[in-house]
Amino acid sequence: MAMHPLRKQRLGIVVFILLASAAAAAFLGYALRENINLFYPPADIVAGKAPVDKKIRAGGMVEEGSVERATDSLKVRFRVTDYSASVAVAYEGILPDLFAEGEGVVVTGRLAEDGVFYADEVLAKHDENYMPPEVSEALEKSAQSRAEEATAGKEYNGS
Amino acid sequence: MANWQWFHKWGSPRWFYQFSGRLLPWLAIPALLLLVGGCVWGLAFVPADFKQGNSFRIIYIHVPAAAVAMGGYMLMATAAAVHLIWRMKLAAIVMKSAAPIGAALTFLALLTGAVWGKPTWGTWWVWDARITSVLILFFLYLGLIALHQAFENRDAAARACAVLAIVGAVNIPIIYWSVEWWYSLHQPASIKFVGESTIHPTMLRPLMATLSGMYLFFGWVLLLFVRAEIIEREKNTRWVQALVSDK
Repeated sequence: MAMHPLRKQRLGIVVFILLASAAAAAFLGYALRENINLFYPPADIVAGKAPVDKKIRAGGMVEEGSVERATDSLKVRFRVTDYSASVAVAYEGILPDLFAEGEGVVVTGRLAEDGVFYADEVLAKHDENYMPPEVSEALEKSAQSRAEEATAGKEYNGS
Repeated sequence: MANWQWFHKWGSPRWFYQFSGRLLPWLAIPALLLLVGGCVWGLAFVPADFKQGNSFRIIYIHVPAAAVAMGGYMLMATAAAVHLIWRMKLAAIVMKSAAPIGAALTFLALLTGAVWGKPTWGTWWVWDARITSVLILFFLYLGLIALHQAFENRDAAARACAVLAIVGAVNIPIIYWSVEWWYSLHQPASIKFVGESTIHPTMLRPLMATLSGMYLFFGWVLLLFVRAEIIEREKNTRWVQALVSDK
């Protein structure tokens, strides 16, 4: 069942428009590849790939046990990590509700010469996990008991 | 040429008007039941999220609006290609009618996203890849509406809009994979086609209801727009005049 030649030609034009716009988008994306990223990961900052004293964003996880809050002001210091490198961040202001250790964060500010990131905005980055609180508690408990079993097993083997 | 009979039937506005009239209640009733039922279920009966609390419930509007805004664009671009290749009038009508609905849904997705972003992220808006590419989708829809209105001649308008719709289709995979390709503030998809979804089943079920409800709602409203446009274009024909004088 052959297609009418005129329609075949028009189909060719449609395919050409699609390919041409896809190619244009690909070139645009390639030219802007670094700029489309919203933030620098800590590994890039530590490696010196991020500009110093220029307004940039850094993103990663708030390192466990790194948050230090001042008692007399809203000043806070913490480290942002991607589990291969970490950057110290200093901030003064109100943190979003979802800010917590072990959670994702995107900070806007300037990287100083001494490697400290002075942030003037802290955004919480939510992940794709959605669950009721009871489920998350149950998950934590089972993870804990598994960890305990593992250590108990080690002790047993050791004795 | 007999094989193409089923296809050419769709070129008859009169046949489509009668066919779509029978289809309307089958779209409208389940759409409203699923949307209203899913929202009540999601807002009142599903437990709060372990981190976000109650603000996560905006997902029941935000995700369906965004998904159907993108799906609607693909339908519009397909209709545009069919119109360009076969010069089918009905395809041009579908393309023109889909634009305002898609624009409204894209706006709803952006609005609900901003309302959720403020308590969750700490900002209404950020220029990350996902949010910016959805804003481009909104402007594509608006551009299509404006371009169509800029032409006196209906056929010239349809052809120009069809080209724009096809060019803009490249934005849809960019929106979908933007959260994978680049570092963004917006999280990756929770509903996965491959592998286990990262949203708990109790929260996912009402979302599936509003999501399918939104697709049906889009189909329903699209048919209403298409039927109105058919009547407008065919107002001088005998069958439309008979239809009007009957009532």
